[in-house]
Amino acid sequence: MHLILFFIFAGLCLAGAINMLLQSHPIASALSLIVVMTSLAVLYLLLGAEFLAAAQIIVYAGAIMVLFTFVVMLLNAGREERTQGSRVASLVGFPAVAVILALIATVILHVQGLGTASLSQGITSTEELSVVLFTKLLLPFEVTSVLILIAILGAVALARRGHGDQVVSVPQKKTEGR
Amino acid sequence: MTILQFFLWSLLKVAVVTVVMLLGVAYTVLLERKLVGRIQNRWGPSRVGPFGLLQPLVDGAKSFLKEDIIPTGVYRPLYLLAPILSLGCALISIGVVPFGEPVTVAGSPHLFQVSDVNIGLLVILGITSIGVYGIALAGWSSNSKYSLLGSLRSSAQMISYELALGLSLVGVVMRAGTLNLRLIVEQQSKFGIASWNIFGGMQFVAFFIYLTAAYAETNRSPFDLPEAESELTGGYHTEYSSMKFAMFFMAEYANMITVGCVATLLFLGGWTSPFGDLIPPPQNFLAHALFPICWFVLKVFCFLFLYVWVRGTLPRFRYDQLMNFGWRWLMPLAMLNIVATSLWLAYR
Repeated sequence: MHLILFFIFAGLCLAGAINMLLQSHPIASALSLIVVMTSLAVLYLLLGAEFLAAAQIIVYAGAIMVLFTFVVMLLNAGREERTQGSRVASLVGFPAVAVILALIATVILHVQGLGTASLSQGITSTEELSVVLFTKLLLPFEVTSVLILIAILGAVALARRGHGDQVVSVPQKKTEGR
Repeated sequence: MTILQFFLWSLLKVAVVTVVMLLGVAYTVLLERKLVGRIQNRWGPSRVGPFGLLQPLVDGAKSFLKEDIIPTGVYRPLYLLAPILSLGCALISIGVVPFGEPVTVAGSPHLFQVSDVNIGLLVILGITSIGVYGIALAGWSSNSKYSLLGSLRSSAQMISYELALGLSLVGVVMRAGTLNLRLIVEQQSKFGIASWNIFGGMQFVAFFIYLTAAYAETNRSPFDLPEAESELTGGYHTEYSSMKFAMFFMAEYANMITVGCVATLLFLGGWTSPFGDLIPPPQNFLAHALFPICWFVLKVFCFLFLYVWVRGTLPRFRYDQLMNFGWRWLMPLAMLNIVATSLWLAYR
C-alpha cells in the first residue's frame, strides 16, 4: 500500500517538476510547483513525518506559493520569451545538470552512516520532534530563525531605499510564518 | 479491522458527512436569508413550503437549470478548475472534525469522525490555506478587471489574516499539549463550561482574534471586500454563472460551517455538555451517542447565528483599515496572547 502510494506521488512530483520547466507561462509554472510541493508533503507523510508534511503544505504550498501566484497576477507577467541565449543555456544546461546529479548521487551512495529511512516505519509524533528541536538542535534552530529575521529586515531595507515598493516588501514579510 | 472493513466504513462516513454538510450549507443559506430579513424588518423567504423551508431545494434546482455561460476571453483549464478547488477544499477539511464522543460500533472506533488524525488542527489549517487558490485562480483566469481585483484583494486578505488565525490557536494548543482535535476536546470536558478554553482556559482574547480572522478568512462581512458588490459587481465570481457560481457560494458557506466547527472544538468544548460531570452521562447507549452530537450542533448553530448577526449589523471595512487591523492589531495581540499563556503555564 505504501509502495503504491509512493510510486503514484513520486511520479506526480517528477511530472510536476518537468512540467514546471516546460511551461512558458508563469502561472502554469507556479501551479506545477504547487503540485510538486503537495506531493512532496505526501512523501513525507509516507515516511512517517506528519508534522513536516503539514508544515510543507501550510508554509510552502499555502503561503509562499500563494505569494508567487499573487505577484505573478499582480504584475500580469506574460509568456516567457525565447532568445538566442536560452538556446545556448539549454544546450549547456541539460548535460551540466546530469553531471551534477550524477556527482551528488555517487557521493551520497558512498558516504557511510547517513542513517536510513524506510516507508511505513511508524509515525514520528509532533511531541518527539519538538523535544529534539528544542533540546538537541536548539542552536541551529535559533540561528536559522535569526537568519530569516535578517533576511526580512534586509528585504524591507532594500524595498524602502527605492520608492518604497509595497509589492516587494509584503512577500518577504511572509517568511516569518515558518 | 481488515482493510476492506476500514475502506467500507470510511466510504460510508464520507458519504454521510458530505450529504449532511451539503444540507447544512443549504439550510445555512436559508438561515442567513431569514435572519437578515428579520434584522431588516422583513420576512425573508416564506413562500416555498412551510416557513420557506423548501427554499434551498428550489434554489439548488434553479442553479442547476440556469444557462451555463463561459465567457470567450477566459483561460479555460483554470477557469474550470477554480470552483472545483474551492468547493473541494471546503468539503475536505471537515473530514478530521470529531462530531461526537468516540463510540465503537461494529469495529469502527470513531463513529462520528471520518479520520482521527494526530495533526488534525494542522490539516484543517493546511487545507484552508490551499483553498485560497480557488479564489485566486478564479479571478485571474476570468480575464476581467473586477474578478482580478476581487481575487487580489481576497488573496492578500487571506494570507494576512491566516497568520493571526494560526497564532491565535497556539494558546489553545499549548494548553492542550496536542494537535489532535479529539484530545483537545476531551481535555475540556471535566468541569463543563468552567473548563472550556474560552472561559476556564482564559483564551477569550484568542477567541476574539480567531473570530475576527475567521470572518476575514471566509470573506464574510464586515471583511467581504473581495466581493464588495458596490465596487466590484461580484468580485472573483463575477464571470461565473449557473452551477459554477453555486459551487463558490457553497464553498463559502461550507467554510463558515468548518470555521464554526473548529471554534466549537477548540474554544467551546466540542461535543461536551456545558454542565460537565454535574449531570451524569446517560447510560442508554443511543442517548450516550446522540446527546453529544446535539450539543455540538447547537454550538455550531450559535456560531453561525453570530456570523449572520454580524453580517446584518456591521458595515464593511475599508481596504486599508482591513490591512491595518490585521497586521497592526490582531497579529501583535495574538503574539501577546501566546506570551501571556506560556508565562501562565510556566508559573501557575
